[in-house]
Amino acid sequence: MTTPSDTPRVSRRDFLRATAIAGGGMLLVSYAEPLDALGRLGVQDGLPPLADPMLGAFVRITPDGIVTITSKNPEIGQGIKTMLPMLIAEELDVDWANVRVEQADFDPTKYQAQIAGGSTATPTNWLPQRRVGAAARAMLVSAAAAQWNVPAAELETAKGVVYHRASNRSASYGSLASAAAAVTPPDLATVPLKDPKSFTIIGTRKKTVGLRDILTGKPMFGIDVTVPNMHYATFVKSPVFAAKVASANLDAIKAMPGVTHAFVVEGTTNLQGLMPGVAIVGTNWWLVQQARKKLVVQWAAHPTAQQSTASFTAKAAEFFAGPPQRTIRNDGNFDAAIKGAAKVVTGDYSYPFIAHAPLEPQNCTAHVTADKCELWTTSQTPQGGRALVATTLGLKEDQITMHMLRAGGGFGRRLYNDPLVEAAWIAREAKVPVKLLWTREDDMQHDMFRPGGYHTFTGGLDANGTLIAFRNHFATFGEGERFAPSADIGPTEYPARFVPNLKMDVSVMPLGVPTGALRAPRSNALSFAFQGFIDECAVAAGKDPLQFRIDTLKAEIAPATPLTPQQQAGQMDAQRVIGILEKVRDVSGWGKTKLPKGTGMGCAFYYSHRGYFAEVVQVTVSKAGDVKVDKVWAVGDVGSEIINPNHAEQQVQGAAMDGLSQAFGQEITFTAGKVDQTNFNNYPMLRIRQAPPVEVHFVKTNFAPTGIGEPALPPVVPAMINAIYAATGKRVRQIPLTKVDLKWS
Amino acid sequence: MPITLKVNGTPRTLDVPADMPLLWALRDELDLKGTKFGCGIARCGACTVHVNGVATRSCNTPLSRVASADITTIEGLSPNGLHAVQQAWEELDVPQCGYCQAGQMMAAASLLAKTPKPTDADIDTALNTNLCRCATYLRIRNAVHRAAEIKAGATPAVGGSTPSKNGSPDNR
Repeated sequence: MTTPSDTPRVSRRDFLRATAIAGGGMLLVSYAEPLDALGRLGVQDGLPPLADPMLGAFVRITPDGIVTITSKNPEIGQGIKTMLPMLIAEELDVDWANVRVEQADFDPTKYQAQIAGGSTATPTNWLPQRRVGAAARAMLVSAAAAQWNVPAAELETAKGVVYHRASNRSASYGSLASAAAAVTPPDLATVPLKDPKSFTIIGTRKKTVGLRDILTGKPMFGIDVTVPNMHYATFVKSPVFAAKVASANLDAIKAMPGVTHAFVVEGTTNLQGLMPGVAIVGTNWWLVQQARKKLVVQWAAHPTAQQSTASFTAKAAEFFAGPPQRTIRNDGNFDAAIKGAAKVVTGDYSYPFIAHAPLEPQNCTAHVTADKCELWTTSQTPQGGRALVATTLGLKEDQITMHMLRAGGGFGRRLYNDPLVEAAWIAREAKVPVKLLWTREDDMQHDMFRPGGYHTFTGGLDANGTLIAFRNHFATFGEGERFAPSADIGPTEYPARFVPNLKMDVSVMPLGVPTGALRAPRSNALSFAFQGFIDECAVAAGKDPLQFRIDTLKAEIAPATPLTPQQQAGQMDAQRVIGILEKVRDVSGWGKTKLPKGTGMGCAFYYSHRGYFAEVVQVTVSKAGDVKVDKVWAVGDVGSEIINPNHAEQQVQGAAMDGLSQAFGQEITFTAGKVDQTNFNNYPMLRIRQAPPVEVHFVKTNFAPTGIGEPALPPVVPAMINAIYAATGKRVRQIPLTKVDLKWS
Repeated sequence: MPITLKVNGTPRTLDVPADMPLLWALRDELDLKGTKFGCGIARCGACTVHVNGVATRSCNTPLSRVASADITTIEGLSPNGLHAVQQAWEELDVPQCGYCQAGQMMAAASLLAKTPKPTDADIDTALNTNLCRCATYLRIRNAVHRAAEIKAGATPAVGGSTPSKNGSPDNR
């Protein structure tokens, strides 16, 4: 959906000319450089062959000098609709004030990967999107050179104008656009890019594209879509995941006011796909909800009705009492080293399942006819959504059209396309266009949850307080060597590689709960346990916890079992970690301030999604045990440039508070196979009164820029927990804090 | 039985049940999509509108209760989108995803109407039930202060976002 203020005002004749330009070759396709992460998210497979590079895709220049840039990725609040166009505009060398932005529909033949996930947009688009801008600029320069009969090398550009200084001539991009359209596009792989020193857009604070439309309540989110003859749908699934419908009082429901259809959906066994349930369709969503209140469904018996939080916890305790199922890393000789250790530290950590709870509940609008399916979606992975809909409905992918709408938050929830396949199925069955909208309760009880987990740790210190032995046994979910989604761990988890005798053990139990990636998946959970326990080791060693971490990073141990090339490539750079730890020590006044009892600072670092963050949290704990976060200092190293410092700060502050929210109160529990929580009244999330200042700093290093939506989250949770220890002497090994008594006197 | 509502200064007649919540009448009957659905139990504030100037959760307010009231939504907060809170929100570029912000601004405008110079504590109390899942709270707090200044006659800044102080502009 393009927003009215994004559309340039041009006369009809100009517009037609502009369209002719757009079709004529001014515009270029981006060559995405898929990273491993994209492969993991499943978007690398099946990418279509590159489209004809003459197809218009990214840049349109009208004679009035307005430059319209297409933003290809889903906007979920991460600011991508501002950031990607900045990359093109920079190399195109135009005035940002003359840039208008349009949201792309889903069309990978033009745009390649279109995804919001894994903090991948920056690293995968940093060069390709800049090359698009540079190629367009080169075409405009060529057009001017031909008109003036001078060598292109003598021409310069600035703010949308080409100059030939020697003859004192200049021409605006708008005046050159038609001629430029006929120029053969340069090779994107070799088109010259700017020296970063001459950037005028990258590295400057740019406001959110479409900001005024947000502030004036314009329809732009998925939930706001309206299409002709649209009906409203609700979809009732079993509270025990994937249980089938045995019977339902459909006739009574069909007789309710406003209801036009009610039917059973047989569904599939795919926990991330179309699950069984009852669809109710009508003329008004609220009327449909009134009918839903009268729905009586008998759900078929289902094996996962046995599972509960208590059963998971009992199983983890059983694992910890015996040998692990398998060992994923085994350096030196842990058993011998721990026997010889001067001091031994142990700790058991656990964290709960949590829900994403984006504020805009899951929704999708679908119009399905005999041979076509049109979807309006907030999916973070439209490519996966199209594949899921095609497979489930028996359609070909080219029969499916997808419009990408702004999402009211993602956090990983919209990586999963269950609402799309539900909407498409219901629309086809009902034979009317349908807007499927979940209730908050649907959203909270049918999430792809961040899985909980259990860890038991043993650390051994020598007489100098050096960490010489370390073992983690992780009780998690999966089957055999396969982990449940986002319930995994790898052999490079710090302090692996920095402790001579180290064992990483794993045991998995089966799980019948849908799980998935939540902002900084796996890292958001492992950070709490590992960076909490390393703090315990520092305290036991009698050392400053921040310096202790730096000290551990100085000696590197080769793994007993060689890492795969992928694991090798994914390893963190210890020097970059030391850089951010030193910086956060400086900016937070770490170790320099004498704090009263009840107030304390904690630190942690974490490397995830190719980004490095070290954070210090200061908390004050009342004698009654109430925790207030006084301040967070966050230092990040995401490479050589912060493309839009305005949004980068927002992402870091939001990620830090996201973590605090998890630590304070977020928890999903299960009883008899069902989620116990329903809505924000029993799933507390961070409110403004709890929001501390978050001071954000960046260390710029000579590495290509990487993403920032996720890596600031993981360190904040352990930094907070470590601060609570500093304040009270109480070690938190279980979150959320609502589970823990922090009273002190 | 038809119900007449006065929304953004205009009488609108609807033929819907009197127990329909105002939220769904606004969104699905009157096509005013700026007011958002977040929880349906008045715990997130995304659906906040003004009823006779008072910030009210529209998701659990039945039409029967507001039939004779003045209802204002984000679309009617100001004739040209330039209410002081909108100007302040724009100056500080408050939103991330933006979904909660209509509710935040309606709550803030209601606060400022009663309390022209709110303290941080006033803001936190008035807005504590407005959930921002992206946690833009620091900018929200600053923007309410800035809106108070704009209402008192300060000129809003235009152009790029507010420059950074010590690498972090949002800590007041």
